[in-house]
Amino acid sequence: MFRLLDTAVAQIVIELDGVEVSVPAGVSVAAALLYLDQVPLRHSVVNAAPRAPFCMMGICFECLVEVDGVANQRACQVQVQAGMCVRLQLSPGAGASD
Amino acid sequence: MKAAYQLVVIGAGPAGMAVAQTAARHGIEVAVIDEQADAGGQIYRNVDASPLADIDLLGRDYVFGRQLVQEFKHAAVEYFANAAVWYLDANGEIGIIVDGVHRRISAQRIVIACGAQERPMPFPGWDKAGVMTAGAGQILMKSAGMVPGEAPILAGSGPLLLLLAWQYLRAGVKIRALVDTTQSASRWTAMRHFPKAIAASDYLFKGLQLVTAIRRARVPWLREASNLRAEGDERLRALNFDCRGKPQRIETSLLLLHQGVIPSVQIAAAAGCEASWNDVQQCWQPVVDHWGQSSADNIFVAGDAAGIGGARAAWLGGQLAGLQIAHQLGELEQAQRDRLALPVRNARARHLAIRPFLDSWYRVADSCLVPRDETLACRCEEVSVGEIRALAAMGCSGPNQAKAFTRCGMGPCQGRFCGATMEQIFASETALNPQQIGRFNSRPPLKPVTLGQLACSD
Repeated sequence: MFRLLDTAVAQIVIELDGVEVSVPAGVSVAAALLYLDQVPLRHSVVNAAPRAPFCMMGICFECLVEVDGVANQRACQVQVQAGMCVRLQLSPGAGASD
Repeated sequence: MKAAYQLVVIGAGPAGMAVAQTAARHGIEVAVIDEQADAGGQIYRNVDASPLADIDLLGRDYVFGRQLVQEFKHAAVEYFANAAVWYLDANGEIGIIVDGVHRRISAQRIVIACGAQERPMPFPGWDKAGVMTAGAGQILMKSAGMVPGEAPILAGSGPLLLLLAWQYLRAGVKIRALVDTTQSASRWTAMRHFPKAIAASDYLFKGLQLVTAIRRARVPWLREASNLRAEGDERLRALNFDCRGKPQRIETSLLLLHQGVIPSVQIAAAAGCEASWNDVQQCWQPVVDHWGQSSADNIFVAGDAAGIGGARAAWLGGQLAGLQIAHQLGELEQAQRDRLALPVRNARARHLAIRPFLDSWYRVADSCLVPRDETLACRCEEVSVGEIRALAAMGCSGPNQAKAFTRCGMGPCQGRFCGATMEQIFASETALNPQQIGRFNSRPPLKPVTLGQLACSD
Protein backbone atom coordinates (compact mmCIF):
# COMPACT_ATOMS: atom_id res chain seq x y z
CA MET A 1 0.00 0.00 0.00
CA PHE A 2 2.98 2.27 0.61
CA ARG A 3 6.29 2.37 -1.24
CA LEU A 4 9.73 3.75 -0.42
CA LEU A 5 10.62 7.07 -2.04
CA ASP A 6 14.30 6.22 -1.86
CA THR A 7 14.59 2.57 -2.83
CA ALA A 8 18.29 2.39 -1.87
CA VAL A 9 17.33 2.03 1.84
CA ALA A 10 18.97 -0.93 3.64
CA GLN A 11 16.71 -3.91 4.25
CA ILE A 12 16.58 -6.29 7.20
CA VAL A 13 14.87 -9.64 7.66
CA ILE A 14 12.07 -10.15 10.18
CA GLU A 15 9.76 -13.08 10.71
CA LEU A 16 6.10 -12.45 9.90
CA ASP A 17 3.77 -15.26 10.98
CA GLY A 18 6.69 -17.65 10.76
CA VAL A 19 7.84 -16.55 7.31
CA GLU A 20 11.03 -14.56 6.74
CA VAL A 21 10.37 -11.28 4.98
CA SER A 22 12.59 -8.39 4.00
CA VAL A 23 11.60 -4.90 5.21
CA PRO A 24 13.27 -1.46 5.28
CA ALA A 25 15.56 -0.93 8.28
CA GLY A 26 14.80 1.83 10.78
CA VAL A 27 11.04 2.01 10.29
CA SER A 28 8.17 1.09 12.61
CA VAL A 29 6.60 -2.35 12.45
CA ALA A 30 3.37 -0.68 11.20
CA ALA A 31 5.25 1.04 8.37
CA ALA A 32 6.93 -2.26 7.48
CA LEU A 33 3.55 -4.04 7.36
CA LEU A 34 2.08 -1.31 5.14
CA TYR A 35 5.16 -1.65 2.91
CA LEU A 36 4.41 -5.40 2.69
CA ASP A 37 0.77 -4.54 1.86
CA GLN A 38 -0.31 -6.51 4.92
CA VAL A 39 -3.76 -4.95 5.14
CA PRO A 40 -5.83 -5.71 7.19
CA LEU A 41 -3.34 -6.57 9.93
CA ARG A 42 -5.84 -7.64 12.58
CA HIS A 43 -9.48 -8.31 13.22
CA SER A 44 -11.27 -6.32 15.90
CA VAL A 45 -12.04 -8.00 19.21
CA VAL A 46 -15.79 -7.31 19.31
CA ASN A 47 -17.05 -8.00 15.76
CA ALA A 48 -13.90 -9.46 14.13
CA ALA A 49 -13.91 -6.56 11.65
CA PRO A 50 -10.79 -6.05 9.51
CA ARG A 51 -8.56 -3.23 10.74
CA ALA A 52 -5.29 -1.60 9.70
CA PRO A 53 -3.03 1.21 10.99
CA PHE A 54 -4.99 4.44 11.34
CA CYS A 55 -3.15 7.23 13.24
CA MET A 56 0.50 6.02 13.17
CA MET A 57 1.19 8.06 16.35
CA GLY A 58 0.31 5.65 19.10
CA ILE A 59 -3.15 6.81 20.10
CA CYS A 60 -5.74 4.83 18.08
CA PHE A 61 -4.62 1.27 18.96
CA GLU A 62 -5.74 -0.05 15.58
CA CYS A 63 -2.32 -1.49 14.64
CA LEU A 64 -2.04 -4.00 17.49
CA VAL A 65 0.20 -6.98 16.68
CA GLU A 66 2.18 -9.59 18.59
CA VAL A 67 5.89 -8.74 18.77
CA ASP A 68 8.38 -11.33 20.06
CA GLY A 69 5.68 -13.17 21.94
CA VAL A 70 4.00 -10.13 23.52
CA ALA A 71 0.48 -9.52 22.21
CA ASN A 72 -1.28 -6.18 21.61
CA GLN A 73 1.81 -4.08 20.85
CA ARG A 74 1.21 -0.87 18.94
CA ALA A 75 3.04 -1.64 15.70
CA CYS A 76 3.51 2.08 15.00
CA GLN A 77 5.48 2.52 18.25
CA VAL A 78 7.90 -0.39 17.81
CA GLN A 79 10.90 -0.19 15.46
CA VAL A 80 11.68 -3.24 13.34
CA GLN A 81 14.80 -5.16 14.38
CA ALA A 82 16.56 -7.90 12.45
CA GLY A 83 15.18 -11.27 13.54
CA MET A 84 12.09 -9.80 15.22
CA CYS A 85 9.07 -12.15 15.26
CA VAL A 86 5.81 -10.42 14.37
CA ARG A 87 2.47 -12.20 14.45
CA LEU A 88 -0.75 -10.69 13.13
CA GLN A 89 -3.84 -10.85 15.32
CA LEU A 90 -6.18 -12.02 12.57
CA SER A 91 -9.12 -14.23 13.45
CA PRO A 92 -9.53 -17.25 11.19
CA GLY A 93 -12.70 -17.13 9.13
CA ALA A 94 -13.34 -13.46 9.88
CA GLY A 95 -14.61 -11.36 7.00
CA ALA A 96 -16.08 -14.37 5.16
CA SER A 97 -19.62 -13.21 5.85
CA ASP A 98 -18.90 -9.54 5.25
CA MET B 1 16.87 8.82 35.46
CA LYS B 2 16.66 10.41 38.91
CA ALA B 3 13.73 10.12 41.30
CA ALA B 4 13.09 13.86 41.35
CA TYR B 5 13.68 16.88 39.15
CA GLN B 6 12.87 20.55 39.48
CA LEU B 7 11.02 20.38 36.18
CA VAL B 8 9.68 17.51 34.11
CA VAL B 9 8.46 18.25 30.59
CA ILE B 10 6.13 15.77 28.90
CA GLY B 11 6.66 15.89 25.14
CA ALA B 12 9.61 16.89 22.97
CA GLY B 13 7.80 18.78 20.23
CA PRO B 14 8.38 22.49 19.65
CA ALA B 15 6.70 23.53 22.92
CA GLY B 16 8.39 20.92 25.11
CA MET B 17 11.83 21.56 23.62
CA ALA B 18 11.41 25.31 24.16
CA VAL B 19 10.28 24.97 27.78
CA ALA B 20 13.19 22.69 28.58
CA GLN B 21 15.85 24.82 26.92
CA THR B 22 14.54 28.06 28.40
CA ALA B 23 14.34 26.69 31.93
CA ALA B 24 17.73 24.94 31.66
CA ARG B 25 19.33 28.21 30.51
CA HIS B 26 18.30 29.70 33.86
CA GLY B 27 19.78 26.85 35.88
CA ILE B 28 16.70 24.65 36.33
CA GLU B 29 17.26 20.89 36.45
CA VAL B 30 15.06 19.52 33.68
CA ALA B 31 14.01 16.09 32.42
CA VAL B 32 12.13 15.71 29.14
CA ILE B 33 10.04 12.61 28.53
CA ASP B 34 8.92 11.79 25.01
CA GLU B 35 7.17 8.80 23.53
CA GLN B 36 8.87 8.98 20.13
CA ALA B 37 12.35 7.71 19.26
CA ASP B 38 13.60 11.16 18.26
CA ALA B 39 12.82 14.72 19.37
CA GLY B 40 10.72 17.11 17.29
CA GLY B 41 7.16 16.01 18.02
CA GLN B 42 4.84 15.02 15.21
CA ILE B 43 5.44 18.29 13.35
CA TYR B 44 9.24 18.02 13.17
CA ARG B 45 9.29 14.24 13.30
CA ASN B 46 12.63 12.77 12.13
CA VAL B 47 13.73 16.18 10.87
CA ASP B 48 17.22 15.54 12.26
CA ALA B 49 17.33 11.89 11.15
CA SER B 50 15.30 11.79 7.97
CA PRO B 51 15.01 8.70 5.79
CA LEU B 52 14.39 11.03 2.83
CA ALA B 53 17.25 11.85 0.47
CA ASP B 54 15.85 15.36 0.14
CA ILE B 55 13.93 16.76 3.11
CA ASP B 56 13.22 20.01 1.24
CA LEU B 57 10.49 17.95 -0.37
CA LEU B 58 8.42 18.45 2.79
CA GLY B 59 8.73 22.24 2.68
CA ARG B 60 10.57 25.03 4.43
CA ASP B 61 8.47 24.99 7.59
CA TYR B 62 9.49 21.39 8.25
CA VAL B 63 13.18 22.00 7.55
CA PHE B 64 13.04 24.95 9.97
CA GLY B 65 12.58 22.44 12.79
CA ARG B 66 15.98 20.86 12.25
CA GLN B 67 17.79 23.68 13.96
CA LEU B 68 15.36 23.59 16.91
CA VAL B 69 15.91 19.86 17.37
CA GLN B 70 19.70 20.16 17.11
CA GLU B 71 19.78 23.00 19.65
CA PHE B 72 17.59 20.98 21.99
CA LYS B 73 19.92 17.99 21.79
CA HIS B 74 22.84 20.21 22.85
CA ALA B 75 20.97 21.80 25.77
CA ALA B 76 21.71 20.93 29.42
CA VAL B 77 18.60 18.77 29.61
CA GLU B 78 18.08 15.11 30.50
CA TYR B 79 16.12 13.74 27.57
CA PHE B 80 14.37 10.36 27.63
CA ALA B 81 13.07 9.03 24.30
CA ASN B 82 10.73 6.03 23.93
CA ALA B 83 9.18 6.97 27.28
CA ALA B 84 5.41 7.00 27.77
CA VAL B 85 3.63 8.74 30.66
CA TRP B 86 0.85 6.48 31.93
CA TYR B 87 0.16 8.29 35.22
CA LEU B 88 0.20 11.87 36.47
CA ASP B 89 -1.45 13.22 39.60
CA ALA B 90 -1.96 16.65 41.10
CA ASN B 91 0.94 16.11 43.55
CA GLY B 92 3.45 15.98 40.73
CA GLU B 93 3.96 12.21 40.77
CA ILE B 94 4.60 10.82 37.31
CA GLY B 95 4.54 7.17 36.21
CA ILE B 96 6.60 6.42 33.12
CA ILE B 97 7.36 3.36 31.02
CA VAL B 98 10.89 3.79 29.62
CA ASP B 99 12.05 1.04 27.26
CA GLY B 100 9.57 -1.32 28.85
CA VAL B 101 10.57 -0.54 32.46
CA HIS B 102 8.33 1.32 34.90
CA ARG B 103 9.75 4.37 36.73
CA ARG B 104 8.19 6.82 39.17
CA ILE B 105 9.53 10.34 39.30
CA SER B 106 8.36 13.58 40.85
CA ALA B 107 8.88 17.22 40.01
CA GLN B 108 8.26 20.64 41.52
CA ARG B 109 6.86 21.78 38.19
CA ILE B 110 5.43 19.74 35.33
CA VAL B 111 4.82 20.97 31.81
CA ILE B 112 2.40 19.01 29.67
CA ALA B 113 3.47 19.62 26.07
CA CYS B 114 1.99 16.54 24.44
CA GLY B 115 0.63 18.38 21.41
CA ALA B 116 -2.46 17.62 19.41
CA GLN B 117 -4.21 14.79 17.65
CA GLU B 118 -6.33 14.53 14.54
CA ARG B 119 -9.94 15.42 15.20
CA PRO B 120 -11.96 12.23 14.76
CA MET B 121 -13.82 12.26 11.43
CA PRO B 122 -16.42 9.53 11.81
CA PHE B 123 -18.64 8.37 8.94
CA PRO B 124 -19.87 4.94 7.89
CA GLY B 125 -16.81 2.84 7.05
CA TRP B 126 -14.13 5.11 8.57
CA ASP B 127 -12.90 2.03 10.42
CA LYS B 128 -12.17 0.09 7.23
CA ALA B 129 -8.65 -1.14 6.52
CA GLY B 130 -7.18 1.40 4.11
CA VAL B 131 -8.72 4.47 5.77
CA MET B 132 -6.07 6.44 7.67
CA THR B 133 -5.55 9.96 8.95
CA ALA B 134 -3.71 12.52 6.83
CA GLY B 135 -1.33 12.84 9.76
CA ALA B 136 -0.54 9.13 9.41
CA GLY B 137 0.32 9.71 5.76
CA GLN B 138 2.69 12.48 6.80
CA ILE B 139 4.25 10.39 9.55
CA LEU B 140 4.97 7.61 7.05
CA MET B 141 6.70 10.11 4.80
CA LYS B 142 8.67 11.80 7.61
CA SER B 143 9.70 8.74 9.60
CA ALA B 144 9.78 5.92 7.03
CA GLY B 145 10.30 7.75 3.73
CA MET B 146 7.14 6.08 2.39
CA VAL B 147 4.40 7.39 0.13
CA PRO B 148 1.22 5.73 -1.19
CA GLY B 149 1.83 3.09 -3.86
CA GLU B 150 -1.45 3.94 -5.57
CA ALA B 151 -3.21 7.27 -5.91
CA PRO B 152 -5.03 8.03 -2.63
CA ILE B 153 -8.13 10.12 -1.97
CA LEU B 154 -7.61 12.94 0.51
CA ALA B 155 -10.83 13.87 2.29
CA GLY B 156 -11.95 16.40 4.86
CA SER B 157 -10.88 19.95 5.49
CA GLY B 158 -8.05 22.05 6.85
CA PRO B 159 -4.55 23.30 6.07
CA LEU B 160 -2.86 19.95 6.79
CA LEU B 161 -4.90 18.24 4.06
CA LEU B 162 -3.66 20.77 1.51
CA LEU B 163 -0.12 20.54 2.84
CA LEU B 164 -0.13 16.75 2.50
CA ALA B 165 -1.48 17.04 -1.06
CA TRP B 166 1.29 19.50 -1.89
CA GLN B 167 3.97 17.27 -0.34
CA TYR B 168 2.68 14.20 -2.19
CA LEU B 169 2.65 16.07 -5.50
CA ARG B 170 6.25 17.15 -4.90
CA ALA B 171 7.14 13.52 -4.19
CA GLY B 172 5.59 12.46 -7.49
CA VAL B 173 2.51 10.84 -5.93
CA LYS B 174 -0.71 11.13 -7.92
CA ILE B 175 -3.82 12.11 -5.98
CA ARG B 176 -7.06 10.55 -7.14
CA ALA B 177 -9.23 13.29 -5.62
CA LEU B 178 -9.41 15.94 -2.96
CA VAL B 179 -12.84 15.50 -1.36
CA ASP B 180 -13.29 18.79 0.45
CA THR B 181 -15.92 19.07 3.19
CA THR B 182 -15.25 22.78 3.84
CA GLN B 183 -18.48 24.78 3.69
CA SER B 184 -18.26 27.75 1.34
CA ALA B 185 -20.48 29.78 3.68
CA SER B 186 -17.71 29.74 6.28
CA ARG B 187 -15.54 31.85 3.97
CA TRP B 188 -17.71 34.89 4.57
CA THR B 189 -17.31 34.57 8.32
CA ALA B 190 -13.60 34.08 7.78
CA MET B 191 -13.28 37.28 5.73
CA ARG B 192 -14.24 39.28 8.82
CA HIS B 193 -10.92 38.16 10.31
CA PHE B 194 -8.92 38.85 7.17
CA PRO B 195 -7.60 42.29 8.24
CA LYS B 196 -6.06 40.73 11.36
CA ALA B 197 -4.66 37.82 9.33
CA ILE B 198 -2.62 40.24 7.20
CA ALA B 199 -0.25 40.55 10.16
CA ALA B 200 0.60 36.89 9.50
CA SER B 201 0.70 37.21 5.72
CA ASP B 202 3.39 34.52 5.42
CA TYR B 203 0.70 31.96 6.34
CA LEU B 204 -1.65 33.40 3.70
CA PHE B 205 1.05 33.21 1.04
CA LYS B 206 1.88 29.65 2.01
CA GLY B 207 -1.80 28.69 1.71
CA LEU B 208 -2.01 30.34 -1.69
CA GLN B 209 1.10 28.46 -2.80
CA LEU B 210 -0.46 25.12 -1.77
CA VAL B 211 -3.77 25.86 -3.50
CA THR B 212 -2.02 26.99 -6.70
CA ALA B 213 0.14 23.87 -6.86
CA ILE B 214 -2.84 21.55 -6.31
CA ARG B 215 -4.83 23.34 -9.03
CA ARG B 216 -1.88 23.30 -11.42
CA ALA B 217 -1.52 19.53 -10.94
CA ARG B 218 -5.21 19.23 -11.95
CA VAL B 219 -6.12 17.19 -8.89
CA PRO B 220 -9.91 16.67 -9.02
CA TRP B 221 -11.04 18.99 -6.21
CA LEU B 222 -14.60 18.15 -5.16
CA ARG B 223 -15.93 20.89 -2.92
CA GLU B 224 -18.72 20.95 -0.35
CA ALA B 225 -18.65 17.19 -0.10
CA SER B 226 -20.92 15.57 2.47
CA ASN B 227 -22.44 12.23 3.45
CA LEU B 228 -19.15 10.31 3.14
CA ARG B 229 -19.37 6.50 3.19
CA ALA B 230 -16.39 4.18 2.76
CA GLU B 231 -17.10 0.93 0.95
CA GLY B 232 -15.21 -2.37 1.07
CA ASP B 233 -15.03 -5.78 2.72
CA GLU B 234 -11.61 -6.94 3.94
CA ARG B 235 -10.18 -3.63 2.73
CA LEU B 236 -11.31 -0.30 1.35
CA ARG B 237 -12.66 -0.32 -2.21
CA ALA B 238 -14.27 3.07 -2.78
CA LEU B 239 -15.46 6.32 -1.24
CA ASN B 240 -19.07 7.36 -1.77
CA PHE B 241 -20.19 10.91 -1.03
CA ASP B 242 -22.48 13.70 -2.17
CA CYS B 243 -21.05 16.71 -3.90
CA ARG B 244 -23.43 19.67 -4.11
CA GLY B 245 -26.33 17.25 -3.93
CA LYS B 246 -25.00 14.83 -6.57
CA PRO B 247 -23.93 11.33 -5.48
CA GLN B 248 -20.34 10.40 -6.36
CA ARG B 249 -18.30 7.22 -6.10
CA ILE B 250 -14.53 7.05 -6.48
CA GLU B 251 -12.57 3.81 -6.23
CA THR B 252 -9.42 3.77 -4.11
CA SER B 253 -7.47 1.50 -1.80
CA LEU B 254 -6.29 4.37 0.40
CA LEU B 255 -8.29 7.20 1.93
CA LEU B 256 -6.55 9.81 4.08
CA LEU B 257 -8.77 11.88 6.38
CA HIS B 258 -8.32 15.23 8.05
CA GLN B 259 -10.71 17.49 9.91
CA GLY B 260 -8.29 19.74 11.77
CA VAL B 261 -6.46 18.92 14.98
CA ILE B 262 -7.55 19.14 18.62
CA PRO B 263 -5.47 19.42 21.81
CA SER B 264 -4.50 16.15 23.52
CA VAL B 265 -6.11 16.85 26.88
CA GLN B 266 -6.02 13.39 28.49
CA ILE B 267 -2.91 13.90 30.64
CA ALA B 268 -3.97 17.35 31.88
CA ALA B 269 -7.50 16.13 32.60
CA ALA B 270 -6.22 13.08 34.51
CA ALA B 271 -4.14 15.40 36.71
CA GLY B 272 -7.30 17.38 37.50
CA CYS B 273 -6.53 20.48 35.43
CA GLU B 274 -9.65 22.42 34.45
CA ALA B 275 -10.63 22.45 30.79
CA SER B 276 -13.03 24.63 28.84
CA TRP B 277 -14.84 24.27 25.53
CA ASN B 278 -13.54 26.36 22.63
CA ASP B 279 -16.58 26.97 20.46
CA VAL B 280 -14.63 28.30 17.46
CA GLN B 281 -12.11 25.46 17.28
CA GLN B 282 -14.77 23.00 18.46
CA CYS B 283 -12.60 21.30 21.04
CA TRP B 284 -11.69 21.15 24.72
CA GLN B 285 -8.60 22.92 25.93
CA PRO B 286 -7.04 23.21 29.38
CA VAL B 287 -7.60 26.54 31.13
CA VAL B 288 -4.21 28.30 31.28
CA ASP B 289 -2.98 31.81 32.07
CA HIS B 290 -0.73 33.80 29.73
CA TRP B 291 2.33 31.86 30.94
CA GLY B 292 0.70 28.49 30.35
CA GLN B 293 -0.03 27.78 34.02
CA SER B 294 -3.04 25.50 34.46
CA SER B 295 -5.58 25.53 37.30
CA ALA B 296 -3.04 23.44 39.29
CA ASP B 297 -0.18 25.38 40.93
CA ASN B 298 2.51 22.95 39.81
CA ILE B 299 1.27 22.08 36.30
CA PHE B 300 1.69 24.05 33.08
CA VAL B 301 0.35 23.19 29.65
CA ALA B 302 2.26 24.52 26.64
CA GLY B 303 1.89 24.46 22.87
CA ASP B 304 -0.97 22.87 20.98
CA ALA B 305 -1.87 20.78 24.05
CA ALA B 306 -3.16 24.07 25.52
CA GLY B 307 -5.03 25.17 22.38
CA ILE B 308 -4.29 24.91 18.66
CA GLY B 309 -1.92 27.64 17.53
CA GLY B 310 0.60 25.85 15.32
CA ALA B 311 4.26 24.92 15.68
CA ARG B 312 5.79 28.40 15.79
CA ALA B 313 3.33 29.66 18.41
CA ALA B 314 3.96 26.47 20.39
CA TRP B 315 7.72 27.07 20.37
CA LEU B 316 7.23 30.63 21.62
CA GLY B 317 4.59 29.62 24.17
CA GLY B 318 7.01 27.03 25.52
CA GLN B 319 9.59 29.77 26.09
CA LEU B 320 7.07 31.77 28.12
CA ALA B 321 6.32 28.76 30.34
CA GLY B 322 10.07 28.17 30.78
CA LEU B 323 10.61 31.78 31.90
CA GLN B 324 7.75 31.70 34.39
CA ILE B 325 8.93 28.40 35.88
CA ALA B 326 12.48 29.75 36.25
CA HIS B 327 10.95 32.75 38.03
CA GLN B 328 8.72 30.66 40.30
CA LEU B 329 11.66 28.46 41.29
CA GLY B 330 13.69 31.52 42.26
CA GLU B 331 16.16 31.56 39.39
CA LEU B 332 14.85 34.59 37.52
CA GLU B 333 13.89 38.06 38.81
CA GLN B 334 10.44 39.27 37.88
CA ALA B 335 11.77 42.30 35.98
CA GLN B 336 14.13 40.15 33.95
CA ARG B 337 11.41 37.59 33.27
CA ASP B 338 9.17 40.33 31.90
CA ARG B 339 11.96 41.86 29.85
CA LEU B 340 12.77 38.47 28.26
CA ALA B 341 9.09 37.61 27.77
CA LEU B 342 8.06 40.77 25.91
CA PRO B 343 9.59 40.02 22.49
CA VAL B 344 8.48 36.39 22.76
CA ARG B 345 4.91 37.47 23.51
CA ASN B 346 4.89 39.85 20.55
CA ALA B 347 6.23 37.24 18.16
CA ARG B 348 3.70 34.70 19.41
CA ALA B 349 0.83 37.15 18.95
CA ARG B 350 1.90 37.63 15.33
CA HIS B 351 1.81 33.87 14.68
CA LEU B 352 -1.56 33.57 16.40
CA ALA B 353 -3.01 36.41 14.29
CA ILE B 354 -3.80 33.93 11.51
CA ARG B 355 -5.88 31.65 13.75
CA PRO B 356 -9.29 33.43 13.78
CA PHE B 357 -9.19 33.49 9.97
CA LEU B 358 -8.12 29.85 9.62
CA ASP B 359 -10.43 28.62 12.36
CA SER B 360 -13.49 30.22 10.73
CA TRP B 361 -12.55 29.21 7.19
CA TYR B 362 -12.06 25.58 8.18
CA ARG B 363 -14.79 25.39 10.82
CA VAL B 364 -16.01 21.81 10.92
CA ALA B 365 -19.25 21.32 9.01
CA ASP B 366 -22.09 20.36 11.38
CA SER B 367 -22.83 17.30 9.26
CA CYS B 368 -19.28 16.04 9.94
CA LEU B 369 -19.59 16.51 13.71
CA VAL B 370 -22.74 14.44 14.13
CA PRO B 371 -22.53 11.45 11.80
CA ARG B 372 -25.25 9.08 10.63
CA ASP B 373 -26.58 6.44 13.02
CA GLU B 374 -24.81 3.48 11.40
CA THR B 375 -21.39 5.12 11.90
CA LEU B 376 -19.07 3.57 14.48
CA ALA B 377 -18.63 6.22 17.16
CA CYS B 378 -16.26 4.04 19.19
CA ARG B 379 -13.83 2.09 17.04
CA CYS B 380 -12.42 0.09 19.97
CA GLU B 381 -15.64 -1.17 21.54
CA GLU B 382 -17.59 -0.92 18.27
CA VAL B 383 -20.48 1.22 19.48
CA SER B 384 -22.58 2.98 16.87
CA VAL B 385 -23.68 6.59 16.76
CA GLY B 386 -27.29 5.31 16.77
CA GLU B 387 -26.79 3.57 20.13
CA ILE B 388 -25.44 6.76 21.71
CA ARG B 389 -28.14 8.89 20.14
CA ALA B 390 -30.84 6.59 21.50
CA LEU B 391 -29.38 6.89 25.01
CA ALA B 392 -29.18 10.68 24.73
CA ALA B 393 -32.81 10.83 23.56
CA MET B 394 -33.79 8.63 26.50
CA GLY B 395 -32.40 11.18 28.97
CA CYS B 396 -29.01 9.62 29.73
CA SER B 397 -27.10 12.20 31.80
CA GLY B 398 -24.03 12.54 29.57
CA PRO B 399 -20.87 11.00 28.15
CA ASN B 400 -19.77 9.27 31.36
CA GLN B 401 -23.11 7.57 31.92
CA ALA B 402 -23.30 6.60 28.25
CA LYS B 403 -19.80 5.14 28.64
CA ALA B 404 -20.97 2.95 31.51
CA PHE B 405 -24.02 1.79 29.51
CA THR B 406 -22.30 1.05 26.19
CA ARG B 407 -18.53 0.77 26.88
CA CYS B 408 -18.03 3.59 24.35
CA GLY B 409 -14.74 5.15 25.47
CA MET B 410 -13.59 2.18 27.55
CA GLY B 411 -11.38 0.63 24.88
CA PRO B 412 -7.62 0.96 24.55
CA CYS B 413 -7.71 4.39 22.85
CA GLN B 414 -9.40 5.68 26.03
CA GLY B 415 -11.91 7.90 24.27
CA ARG B 416 -9.38 9.73 22.13
CA PHE B 417 -11.31 8.86 18.95
CA CYS B 418 -14.88 8.77 20.29
CA GLY B 419 -15.02 11.45 23.01
CA ALA B 420 -15.60 14.33 20.60
CA THR B 421 -18.33 12.41 18.74
CA MET B 422 -20.04 11.47 22.01
CA GLU B 423 -20.21 15.12 23.11
CA GLN B 424 -21.54 16.26 19.73
CA ILE B 425 -24.28 13.64 19.72
CA PHE B 426 -25.39 14.77 23.19
CA ALA B 427 -25.17 18.40 22.07
CA SER B 428 -27.40 17.78 19.06
CA GLU B 429 -29.93 15.75 21.04
CA THR B 430 -30.17 18.06 24.05
CA ALA B 431 -29.51 21.52 22.54
CA LEU B 432 -26.84 22.05 25.22
CA ASN B 433 -23.23 22.87 24.32
CA PRO B 434 -20.33 20.53 25.16
CA GLN B 435 -19.27 22.81 28.04
CA GLN B 436 -22.61 22.05 29.71
CA ILE B 437 -22.53 18.40 28.68
CA GLY B 438 -19.00 17.73 29.93
CA ARG B 439 -16.40 15.28 28.70
CA PHE B 440 -15.22 11.76 29.55
CA ASN B 441 -13.38 11.47 32.83
CA SER B 442 -9.74 10.81 32.07
CA ARG B 443 -7.91 8.35 34.31
CA PRO B 444 -4.67 6.38 34.35
CA PRO B 445 -3.42 4.21 32.78
CA LEU B 446 -3.09 6.89 30.09
CA LYS B 447 -0.99 4.49 28.03
CA PRO B 448 -0.80 0.69 28.34
CA VAL B 449 1.19 -0.67 31.26
CA THR B 450 1.41 -4.31 32.29
CA LEU B 451 1.00 -5.62 35.82
CA GLY B 452 4.46 -7.14 35.42
CA GLN B 453 5.96 -3.71 34.70
CA LEU B 454 4.24 -2.23 37.78
CA ALA B 455 5.31 -5.15 39.97
CA CYS B 456 8.95 -4.76 38.90
CA SER B 457 9.08 -1.01 39.56
CA ASP B 458 11.41 0.39 42.22
